[in-house]
Amino acid sequence: MSKFILKRLGFAVLTLAIVITMTFFLMYLIPGGPFLSEKAPTQATLDALNAKYGLDQPVYIQFKNYVVKLFEGDFGMSLKQRGRTVNDIISTKFPVSAQVGGLSIIVAVLVGIPIGSYAALHRGKFWDRFFNVLSTTGIAFPSFVMATVLIVLFSVYMKIFPSYGLEAPINYVLPVLSLAVYPMAYISRLMRSSMLDVLGQDYMRTARAKGVSQFRILFKHALRNAVLPVITYLGPLIAYTLTGSFVVEQIFTIPGLGKEFIKSIMNRDYPLVMGTTIFLAAFVILMNFIVDIVYKIVDPRIKLN
Amino acid sequence: MSKVLLDIRNERLSFFTPAGEVKAINDVSFSMNEGDVLGIVGESGSGKSVTAYSIMGLNAEPGRLIGGEIHFNGHRIDQMSERELRKIRGNEVSIIFQDPMTSLNPVYTIGNQIVEVLRLHTHLNRKEQKARAIELLRLVGISEPEKRLKQYPHEFSGGMRQRIMIAIALACEPKLLIADEPTTALDVTIQAQILELMIELKNKIGMSIIMITHDLGIVSTICEKIAVMYAGKIVEYGTVDEIFYETAHEYTKGLLRSIPKLTEKQHEKLVPIDGTPVDMLNPPAGCPFASRCSSCMKICLSQMPEYTHLSDTHYSACWLLQKKELTKGEEEENRG
Repeated sequence: MSKFILKRLGFAVLTLAIVITMTFFLMYLIPGGPFLSEKAPTQATLDALNAKYGLDQPVYIQFKNYVVKLFEGDFGMSLKQRGRTVNDIISTKFPVSAQVGGLSIIVAVLVGIPIGSYAALHRGKFWDRFFNVLSTTGIAFPSFVMATVLIVLFSVYMKIFPSYGLEAPINYVLPVLSLAVYPMAYISRLMRSSMLDVLGQDYMRTARAKGVSQFRILFKHALRNAVLPVITYLGPLIAYTLTGSFVVEQIFTIPGLGKEFIKSIMNRDYPLVMGTTIFLAAFVILMNFIVDIVYKIVDPRIKLN
Repeated sequence: MSKVLLDIRNERLSFFTPAGEVKAINDVSFSMNEGDVLGIVGESGSGKSVTAYSIMGLNAEPGRLIGGEIHFNGHRIDQMSERELRKIRGNEVSIIFQDPMTSLNPVYTIGNQIVEVLRLHTHLNRKEQKARAIELLRLVGISEPEKRLKQYPHEFSGGMRQRIMIAIALACEPKLLIADEPTTALDVTIQAQILELMIELKNKIGMSIIMITHDLGIVSTICEKIAVMYAGKIVEYGTVDEIFYETAHEYTKGLLRSIPKLTEKQHEKLVPIDGTPVDMLNPPAGCPFASRCSSCMKICLSQMPEYTHLSDTHYSACWLLQKKELTKGEEEENRG
């Protein structure tokens, strides 16, 4: 176990090093710079700004400086949001995205798993076909279309839910829903097929022959086996969803990290691009690691190495 | 005379498939006394497993019992609700399956899976359950049972897993153990060990066994009586000696001809049974074996023969036997 953790830690550091290096140099290949705007600054101003942020030095020197700072846990200053550090931006924006994203994952799991199991148990019957149509639709709709449709339906016509901001719990409904639909549909399909597979297994027959009730057969013997593919899917899903969706945050004007990430690329806000990228990468690596551990707990056949 | 444990009368069970009705069990009757060991032999699809499963009320959709009575240990299985059946399964009647590699749930320890039956059918407390589980593992010949309880199925070999399945099946000391081809998936030396274990435990606990198999060798070593099934019917029933030495039905003769014998000359060819099993969706009007039978007569194609009783324990459904009976009667008349 400890050997496994050490090994994974080594790979994590290596992956992050590659991500940092590639992002840093690719970023400088994008034309333009942080200080260009419609009202072009004078050459003198530009030079002064570049000198202030160390952008006048050769790229490899800048990279060295950045990495040294990084080791001290300092992501640097934002070039666009005056006076704010990248650390500060991430730590204020991430909780907002994580809240909306976390809720949407909870909804997706709590709805997707029962629906998928129910469909598998009633294979070929009406509800199975009904949910099949529903989940296919859910997968086919991109989140921005879903968000727009939801706003038109519930905010414009019915006027039940507000279409922007996050002031009250009711504001969460539409963004959470538009984020949840795709994973919900996907989880229910995953769950249906793995449940069908499990229901045909010999050990289900053994359980029946032991006199176990239908309820316990389903919840004890079937669910734990059937949920494995969903766990695999959940790892990266949690990482990507918690760090925020640009589209949904843009549409619902949510001050989250996803929006910040895309904006920073548009603005060539180099330190912020680096910071959010590293944060996302580290988060994905962490989630995959957690998934592996959970997998081992749920299925003892899995060997960690 | 010992007590009757199981009595099946005119059981009919069909699978209602989209293609039509498949009569998996078509008018099957037999009975067993306490302590009997009955072998049910037949090829794939002959209805032997379905017959055994129906004793536990374990008929999966689209199978449905459509007639007959199943009396078991004072219960009417065919009239019981799912809830009542659950109290019997794993308790009064248990089953072990063909493939031990897939019959245990991979994500739970074997201790958990043994204790599960005890929790369902006994009033033992946790400590007693654990003690019983250890005792059971020791009974089926698994060493270091305390340690083994905490292990998962994938940490055991096939033979070991079948021993664990037997431990689970015997946990509540059932009256009847159904063994559905318990050794088919195991290699030959392990097969012998498992069979030996079953006989040993039968003598210890005093249960009855139904052994479902297509291996006549196994049947002859552990069974007392044999039912030969073909196309959802019992075509011949008798003691082991009667089936092997006074074979009455042409199908049974065919089965016996297809076993290799040590005593025969080396280059003796085995004789397979010609043809293929009947299409159970469109069964023939007469004897289902007629199309493959070398002694087939006209009447075989149009009418199903009744059982001819050859002794108290031996009967078979074949027109040839009916004919013999008739001619025997005539001869006697002529003499008289």
